[in-house]
Amino acid sequence: MIALTAISRIFTMGDQEVRALNNINLTIAPGAYVSVMGPSGSGKSTLLNLIGLLDQPTSGTYLLENIDVTLLSETDQARVRRERIGFIFQSFHLIPRLTAAENIELPLILDGIPSAERKKRVRAILQQTNLLERADHRPSELSGGQRQRVAIARATILNPAVLLADEPTGNLDHKTGAEVIALLENLHRQGTTIITVTHDREIGARAHRKIQMRDGEVVSDD
Amino acid sequence: MTRQDAFILSFRTVVSYRLRAILILLAMALGVAAVVVLTALGDGARRFVMNQFTALGTNLIIIIPGRSETAGGFIGALVGETPRDLTLEDAASLTALPGVRRFAPLNVGLSEISAGGLLREVTLAGSTASLLAIRRMRLAQGSFTADNGPNPAEAVLGAKIAHELFPTGNALGQRIRLGDRRFRVAGIFAMQGESMGINTDELVLIPFDHAQALFNTQSLFRIMVEAESRSAIESTKKVIRVALKLRHDGEEDVTIIGQDAILATFDKILRALTLAVSGIAAISLAVAGILVMNVMLVAVSQRTTEIGLLKAIGATHTDIRNLFLLETLWLAVAGAVVGIILGYLGSLGLRLAYPQLPAYPPIWASLAAIATALVTGIAASILPASKAARLNPVLALSRR
Repeated sequence: MIALTAISRIFTMGDQEVRALNNINLTIAPGAYVSVMGPSGSGKSTLLNLIGLLDQPTSGTYLLENIDVTLLSETDQARVRRERIGFIFQSFHLIPRLTAAENIELPLILDGIPSAERKKRVRAILQQTNLLERADHRPSELSGGQRQRVAIARATILNPAVLLADEPTGNLDHKTGAEVIALLENLHRQGTTIITVTHDREIGARAHRKIQMRDGEVVSDD
Repeated sequence: MTRQDAFILSFRTVVSYRLRAILILLAMALGVAAVVVLTALGDGARRFVMNQFTALGTNLIIIIPGRSETAGGFIGALVGETPRDLTLEDAASLTALPGVRRFAPLNVGLSEISAGGLLREVTLAGSTASLLAIRRMRLAQGSFTADNGPNPAEAVLGAKIAHELFPTGNALGQRIRLGDRRFRVAGIFAMQGESMGINTDELVLIPFDHAQALFNTQSLFRIMVEAESRSAIESTKKVIRVALKLRHDGEEDVTIIGQDAILATFDKILRALTLAVSGIAAISLAVAGILVMNVMLVAVSQRTTEIGLLKAIGATHTDIRNLFLLETLWLAVAGAVVGIILGYLGSLGLRLAYPQLPAYPPIWASLAAIATALVTGIAASILPASKAARLNPVLALSRR
């Protein structure tokens, strides 16, 4: 459960203040499937970064699973990001010198899970995402769709409660984009909360709850 | 993240940026190798000088007429007043003293030597046969039997002198003239080269009584004494001082130098020199450290998105800082190992090129070089690593 109350995020650029988020109140139930749409600069990415604890609100409170996560220490926030939140990016952000399997393994390494257990879990998720024969390839040897599937596997290997996707199909053609969306919707059916930021109306429309943003405010929510 | 995983992950990163790793490693290795080779050189020079002193003769005590109030060394002795001469009687009185194995009176001066119409100037030493034993001088031909005298007019020629005066034939038994006196060549020095300023190849040795006559003096330039053992040097010096004081009406007017005092002085000077040289070499390690810092700062900005991603998937500040610190640690360790190998190879090369120079790198220097490399590497990576740890993940990830 995500509960944002009176959240504002103000950036200072030179002597000008930019209100990226202006008094946002939002509650997202566990297991929801939400899309956030809006023009560039409407604050949707800032909202996603805030929910993912990559950014701090200027004011307001953010409860994640009934804990005010803005009050946590840096180390505890990192732990929450690691164990409760998964990130997917438009440009995948795979580490180029590591193989697909090693990229997926990273969150497990950060979580201090022993090597044997890690190998088992990585193998299982490679199988689920149909990437087994690509396990030892580096990102440069994978197609866009495969890269995003590796990224999703990495984001979900620790079974996060919330999966945050920032334009997950932005760098993909229509067909592979649809495959990636199908993968995300499959995770939603297994109970993961999915929040997708997208420009693509078609993908946005598939979500069960559609939020429209403009100038840092929520303009429609249904 | 467990420590083991951090080690493995950082090692893999180092390996994957091969050129960068090799360049840093080289810089580190050269710094370490410089310290090792230069200390080997300094220490080699020290040992070389020590060996030279031992070649002078062992357990040597030198008695110089005159006394200067300033302590130590030759310089005070050279400018010292000479109220009373050292005589052969002084020298002979030493024989009975405990700890004295043998002694040799010594007079040194310049003289003209001529034979068969050839003439040149030579350094002339007047002494007894004991000098040969005390100073480890060897004869190639003939013999030198001078004792406390009176002695026959015989001379020992340096190998070079002998060859110059008698280029065609055997010098032994030939007649030469030193100043206005005639001598018979009784022996020829073996080629020994220069040792502590005295080159036996160009020296002429005659009995001391003839030298005194030639130089028109009754006094001695030096008395060379060989103590019975190294440990006896100090006590023998004391005994000699007391004995000579008695002979000189209670006046302490001689300077007595033990070989180990000279040795100790040179040892000190050359150790300081070695330290100074290795200090200079250590500067190259510091320069390598700055290079490492520079390269790591570049690495941090190159890998900004990667750092942002690691934060997004839950890496803490500490995780990221440790990863970057460990990266440099690996490089520093590898650089130190390669540097030590290069340094020992370099020292080996030095020893092969100059066999008389015992250029062995001292252990302390190798350990200090390794420690400096590690400390420099870690110090140089603190700034880049904490910069990486503090990166704002949102900005880091927004760079495409």
